[in-house]
Amino acid sequence: MATLQLHNITKRFGDTEVIKGINLEVNDREFVVFVGPSGCGKSTLMRMIAGLESATDGDILINGQRINDVGPADRGLAMVFQSYALYPHMTVEGNMGFSMRLAGVPKEERRAKVLEAAKILQLEPLLDRKPKALSGGQRQRVAIGRAIVRNPSIFLFDEPLSNLDAALRVQMRIELARLHDELDATMIYVTHDQIEAMTMADKIVVLHDGVVEQVGSPMALYHHPCNRFVAGFIGSPKMNFLPVTLTGVAPGGVGVRLPGGGERSIPVDGTHLEESATLELGVRPEHLVLDEQGPLSGEIKVLERLGGQTSLYVQMNDELITIMADGDVAYRVNDTVHFGFAPERAHLFGADGLALPSLQQHPLAGLTRHDNRGPGAPSEEPA
Amino acid sequence: MTKTRASGRTVGGLRTLSLQAPAVTLLLLWMIVPLGMTLWFSFQYYNLLMPGMTGFAGLENYEYLLTDPALWKSMGNTLLLVGWVLAITVVGGTLLAVLFQQDFAGRGIARVLAISPFFVMPTVSALVWKNMMMHPSNGVLAWLAESFGLPAVDWFSSLPLTSIVIIVAWQWLPFALLILLTAMQSLDEDQVEAARMDGAGPVAIFFFITLPHLRRAISVVVMIEMIFLLTIFAEIFVTTSGGPGLATTNLAYLIYIRALLDFDVGTASAGGVIAIILANIVAIFLVRMVAKNLED
Ligand SMILES: Nc1ncnc2c1ncn2[C@@H]1O[C@H](COP(=O)(O)OP(=O)(O)OP(=O)(O)O)[C@@H](O)[C@H]1O
Ligand SMILES: [Mg+2]
Repeated sequence: MATLQLHNITKRFGDTEVIKGINLEVNDREFVVFVGPSGCGKSTLMRMIAGLESATDGDILINGQRINDVGPADRGLAMVFQSYALYPHMTVEGNMGFSMRLAGVPKEERRAKVLEAAKILQLEPLLDRKPKALSGGQRQRVAIGRAIVRNPSIFLFDEPLSNLDAALRVQMRIELARLHDELDATMIYVTHDQIEAMTMADKIVVLHDGVVEQVGSPMALYHHPCNRFVAGFIGSPKMNFLPVTLTGVAPGGVGVRLPGGGERSIPVDGTHLEESATLELGVRPEHLVLDEQGPLSGEIKVLERLGGQTSLYVQMNDELITIMADGDVAYRVNDTVHFGFAPERAHLFGADGLALPSLQQHPLAGLTRHDNRGPGAPSEEPA
Repeated sequence: MTKTRASGRTVGGLRTLSLQAPAVTLLLLWMIVPLGMTLWFSFQYYNLLMPGMTGFAGLENYEYLLTDPALWKSMGNTLLLVGWVLAITVVGGTLLAVLFQQDFAGRGIARVLAISPFFVMPTVSALVWKNMMMHPSNGVLAWLAESFGLPAVDWFSSLPLTSIVIIVAWQWLPFALLILLTAMQSLDEDQVEAARMDGAGPVAIFFFITLPHLRRAISVVVMIEMIFLLTIFAEIFVTTSGGPGLATTNLAYLIYIRALLDFDVGTASAGGVIAIILANIVAIFLVRMVAKNLED
């Protein structure tokens, strides 16, 4: 049982303000992922939660208690570092039991707890090894094990998988998700990786330059980004942006003229738009469809065949548009393609970068990872 | 493929052996000739005060030396000197390294000042200590003692070996500090933070994280200092001249006494050979220990 609240947290290093007033609510047993470009303050924010860095201003509350002045060891948190930060001169068992050793827990009890955690992480055969004699994935598991034995109310992970190779990353990702279910713990997770964020999170927090751009479920961020930054950041490859001109606002949507001359009505709320507003249309590469009658066209500059899919990079006026098309399309470089999109798949952004709100919520927008389990699956571990 | 046998190796058409030869020969002569001569003299009657008495002495020089209480006394002094200086410099150096790793105003200057004694010549620093610090009437320590109403200590006559240890430790502490400070800087900050999250306070971090991390550097300090401390001479020469009695005579100084004060080259050479053996015994243990530490 652990909740976390941040109230107007700021952090200054000397004169530079790195975190500029963050408010956040983390619910019990939630898996929250912080994403954002490099240097946006993800690690700093996490370190403030951990107590390794003091907040310049604002309150940090765990279970409603203000803990700004509580030391890192006494907050009931455990952190897994990107570099693992294992103690090189201690065995795996020594590493995992270190916190208990400091707390004066008797040896047998310590060993029992370490064994318990080792079992969850399949580390039992490695308990007597030093970190040097472990593979990257094993080290990562030891670092996680060190966190587990502390039985923390909140787990903090700072890019824990970024030093692993792709295959191991997938495996550890699944393992972490399983661990989250098994331990029923609140977890906060920092990552650069889109896929990690989308697949593991109950809630994603998009940070940019020390402010929260948007908080929401992965599907909500994907389908209803609140501004151009989030739209461009979530989703891979990146969303395409096209300048469009406003032709009219109707109750059913906003009419825009596309660069090629065609007109479309996008089902978003344009009631506050001014006559001469400059707008930008955003469509994800996977939502652009090749279509001889499509309103948009351009010349293929680069063509990447991935087998199942083909990425087309199409020059249209000054923009390079990315299209995810079927793997079997027969186009070649320098061919001209026509393409279009379903209006309900498109987003409109005003001059201030904010998205015009969709008239219709995407049916999956409220979904979290836990909702992916079918109705037949037990929602809790069987007793 | 060119042959890579050392003697036949060619680089740019030149045979490298001819280029290496001068250096190798010089080093070899440098080592072999004195060693050979020492060994040779140690088996000879060779006393400059008794020019008539020459010839093969067998083991008589050694016998004379090994039954001489001065040898055992000086060997004991050597070990005491080395042991104490090592203890002081390693413990002090570690603590200072931790201290100087902290952030404080003027840290850069403080570091330079702390390291500077290492650059003072041994003779000079010993003289400074003798005449300005430990002098029973003019010394800073005497003045300090008097200002607290305590009697001044005549360091070199009442605590001679302690005085030498203090002077030598003062010179070598900066060396230990320098090496250990460098090692400190390679300590992974994440590890310290992980330990903090695990509930370690400053003391626990020192013993469980910092000290194990410094282990290699400490063994390097011990090895290098040992090599130099076994042959301490200048500090003794300019302060106590090995006295009072034999209180501060170490092996190096004993050899000096035999050779240049008693003019007994034969016995002095035998002393030299014993010093070499002692140094090698120490070195074997030391190299074992260090090598083991460097391995893991
Ligand atoms: N101790 C410090 N002193 C001064 N500036 C700092 C300090 N630590 C971090 N910063 C600055 O704060 C900003 C945020 O750093 P932070 O490490 O939180 O970024 P991040 O989002 O974790 O980036 P990345 O994804 O690359 O890890 C950066 O601009 C960084 O230069
Ligand atoms: Mg970071």
